[in-house]
Amino acid sequence: MKSLAELEAIRQRTLDKVNLRREKEGTRIVVGMATCGIAAGARPVLLACMEEVAKRNLLNVTVAQTGCIGMCRLEPIVEVTVPGQEKVTYVRVKPEMVPKIIAEHVVNGHPVTEYTIGAQDK
Amino acid sequence: MELFRSTILICGGTGCTSSGSAKLYERFEQLLKEKGLDKEVKLVRTGCFGLCEAGPVTIVYPEGAFYSRVRVEDVDEIVSEHLVKGRIVQRLLYHGSVDENNQVKALDDVDFYKKQKRVALRNCGVIDPENIDEYIAFDGYKALYKVLTEMTPDDVIDVMKRSGLRGRGGAGFPTGVKWSFAAAQPRGPEYKKYVCCNADEGDPGAFMDRSVLEGDPHAVLEAMAIAGYAIGSDQGYIYCRAEYPIAVKRLEIAIAQAREYGLLGEDIFGTGFNFDIEVRLGAGAFVCGEETALMNSIEGMRGEPRPRPPFPAVKGLFGKPTILNNVETYANVCQIILNGPEWFAAMGTERSKGTKVFALGGKINNTGLVEVPMGTSLREIIYEIGGGIPHGKAFKAVQTGGPSGGCLPASMLDTPIDYDNLIAAGSMMGSGGMIVMDEDNCMVDIARFFLDFTVDESCGKCTPCRVGTRRMLEILNNICEGKGQDGDIERLENLAKNIKATALCGLGQTAPNPVLSTIKQFRNEYEAHIYEKRCPAGVCKKLLSYVIDPNKCKGCTMCARVCPAGAIVGKVKEAHAIDTSKCLKCGACMEKCKFGAISKK
Repeated sequence: MKSLAELEAIRQRTLDKVNLRREKEGTRIVVGMATCGIAAGARPVLLACMEEVAKRNLLNVTVAQTGCIGMCRLEPIVEVTVPGQEKVTYVRVKPEMVPKIIAEHVVNGHPVTEYTIGAQDK
Repeated sequence: MELFRSTILICGGTGCTSSGSAKLYERFEQLLKEKGLDKEVKLVRTGCFGLCEAGPVTIVYPEGAFYSRVRVEDVDEIVSEHLVKGRIVQRLLYHGSVDENNQVKALDDVDFYKKQKRVALRNCGVIDPENIDEYIAFDGYKALYKVLTEMTPDDVIDVMKRSGLRGRGGAGFPTGVKWSFAAAQPRGPEYKKYVCCNADEGDPGAFMDRSVLEGDPHAVLEAMAIAGYAIGSDQGYIYCRAEYPIAVKRLEIAIAQAREYGLLGEDIFGTGFNFDIEVRLGAGAFVCGEETALMNSIEGMRGEPRPRPPFPAVKGLFGKPTILNNVETYANVCQIILNGPEWFAAMGTERSKGTKVFALGGKINNTGLVEVPMGTSLREIIYEIGGGIPHGKAFKAVQTGGPSGGCLPASMLDTPIDYDNLIAAGSMMGSGGMIVMDEDNCMVDIARFFLDFTVDESCGKCTPCRVGTRRMLEILNNICEGKGQDGDIERLENLAKNIKATALCGLGQTAPNPVLSTIKQFRNEYEAHIYEKRCPAGVCKKLLSYVIDPNKCKGCTMCARVCPAGAIVGKVKEAHAIDTSKCLKCGACMEKCKFGAISKK
């Protein structure tokens, strides 16, 4: 070990792994993973979310799962909560839709209206 | 790159390991693999969370679900419900970790943790102690870098002095001052000096050092390297007792990893500074926690103390200048360097800065490890963090400082705890064991217990300790057996005074403390034993007698049948009686009597 840069490199590399254990106030992406969600294909969606978060190195974002939200016909459901804003619920999410949700909503703060529950019921 | 969506922390401290956490780890590992979750869920074995009472402890992030007393059978449910379906298993949650709406509280809001301030324990229960990368991710080895590149040795000592850190091993000597003595000795490649770490934690009931070593070993290594730089040493020794196998194993892993990264060894950070550390195992002699005995033991000699001066800072290990600090003291050092001495000095009381870790044990609901700012009152620790006394019993006293300390009665519950207040109260900080006692504990018996320990552990080198403590124990044994005589209390006090003044080392000088403090605070109990031949708490067997109330006895013969000594006589449907000459005082009859006719006096 010769420099702070090397130390910092190890720190950064490991930070992703320990990140979940830090108490933080960031955006939460929650995927419904009850039987209904899993049957409708929630697992690939969850994996897509994690992959996208990892790819963009979004350290302040937590990907979590939850149980049945109650609207099983609309699964897979993904809820995105940005601090200070209202929760946005995306329904019938497919893995292909995830990059767009993360790019526009999580990173830039503009919810993808056409995927939301409001757009579905119309 | 892997990204885990969930992390399972399983406590791998000694407490939880003995309640089966290693099996939990295996089961989790197996199930995660079976369900194909091993790429998204990370399993980490951490150090002690502190709430040993609720062990084995498992925490699942990101939800922060705190599962307590998890059994192997429960693992299936946690995996299939929580990890696959995202439903927290409510029945396994620690009762204090959910709010009234059944929502999981943040760990910091749980009553047990709310009043705590974790500095020395900050990484315990958070990182994987067997992975140096995780330590580095939580700012590990940054303090060493800062010291080696931005500070002179004098700067380091100045920072330590200004922080007000005092030795956490018990005596409370200012750490910065200790370092400055060794630093003042001639420095240079031709002058050898040593940095030692005292991990020979021997006080009955104390386990804070073990938890630091098990949960955050690198913090100790880094601090020792910093101390090495400050005093001009290139070699460190950690003297750890062999009874701490997990701690020893993790220390050795940590040293190997640090060497591999070049954080120990030669030319650290390219600054030309060399430092290496070795572990030495103690065989469990209590006296080896005394500094000069410890150094003798490292040198391969008998663990016996030698007179001071010369102090170790001048002539210590192998006759060279040496500093010796306790594990918990070292655990504070890196945080002081990173956050500044003012940050540290802002915590605590006027003359005792920072935080202190206490091992709570005895008659208390939340047995475990707590870290609080100095100056926190006993009441806060015992009732708010510790959850009070079980079964609604009354608090009687708390024993601090182990065999060198004393007992504090209920009237001192509101005393702010720091080094000076404890000494003024006739006890001492010691390494931080805190044994809580309730109305069922006999204080004479407690004093006898601790003295019995020191008599056993006395190395025998000096007469006051070898002979004096034994004489005191004989008097105490007599008192407990009902053979106490008028003048015994004065004889004890007189012996104690002489032993304190003349014993060679700390072990002997402090050995009479448990007796003196119980005489001071609970003299009436001694008098009851000596003059009334009675043990108020009902502990000392020889002073007890069981009696049957003939008015309540229905003559059911139950007691006579359970009595192992055949000491109960009487006919069916007639009142029974106990033959006290045969009675063993086991209490079996009292437990069995359905009519409450048997009592002990």
